[in-house]
Amino acid sequence: MKSLAELAAIREKMQSKVVIREGMGTTRVVVGMATCGIAAGARPVLNAFVEGVNANGLTDKVAITQTGCIGICQYEPVVEIYEDGKEKVTYVKLDAQKAAEIVEKHLKGGQVVEEYTIGAYKTV
Amino acid sequence: MKELSLNILDVAKNSTAAGATKVEISLELAESGILSISIIDNGCGMDEETLMGVTNPFYTTRKTRKVGMGLPLLKMAAEQTGGELRISSSTEKGSSGTSLLATFDTKSIDCMPLGDIISTICILIAGSPEVDFLFTDKRQSGCVQLDTAQLREVLGAEISLAEPEIQMWIREYLEEQYQSI
Repeated sequence: MKSLAELAAIREKMQSKVVIREGMGTTRVVVGMATCGIAAGARPVLNAFVEGVNANGLTDKVAITQTGCIGICQYEPVVEIYEDGKEKVTYVKLDAQKAAEIVEKHLKGGQVVEEYTIGAYKTV
Repeated sequence: MKELSLNILDVAKNSTAAGATKVEISLELAESGILSISIIDNGCGMDEETLMGVTNPFYTTRKTRKVGMGLPLLKMAAEQTGGELRISSSTEKGSSGTSLLATFDTKSIDCMPLGDIISTICILIAGSPEVDFLFTDKRQSGCVQLDTAQLREVLGAEISLAEPEIQMWIREYLEEQYQSI
């Protein structure tokens, strides 16, 4: 059974890491979580990013955050990825499976998954 | 929305957007099959005029669209089971806040399943790690509870509840509690 004592142990382990984390350039994954996003399936997408980033050991490099309505409700679930020195990438119409693929290819491998970007979607 | 827990996620975000520092989310399933969901916050509250309009889909606070579906969808979900949605609010300084109570008859064929409430709670905490969330889910067989103020006391100020390691712990903590009831 999980206990608060276990949480204290996690804290000890993390405190050493916090210092290192602050100085590094981080990648931000921003998930739209307004009514439109939630209704379109943003919750499993956000979960998939959290799980994928954890499983791939990217937690020091990638921060996952939430935002409100981005204004393109018809393309939800929408996720924006901001990287230092690079142009923002907007992914649209995501699901958990596509999110896992983006973690693998983009966040881990550094390759934008073009077919899920808003640019590719609009030209279909 | 296909799950009540998605409505909870959506509506509870209004509380954090209203600047609440404390949000209580309580679920209670009575023996009669009536599920009550209450969300109580100490945010800035709403004046009477705003309160009158919030369940109207053509009222919204956001600027990108002229419609706001969050509360209307919750109201519809409750009413289609024979339940109701009640909201009261105060903007009085020092005691401002909003409290919302939705009731659902879970025996109704039109009652949506609760769904993945654990994800909802985890995402709310990750989105506003500085807010005190008090979550309880009371069933006939037992009770699930999580108080993030308590967790923050253990973690101290420098470790955020949004940290992935902490998020995983919270998820497993809730999963274990649900398995035991």
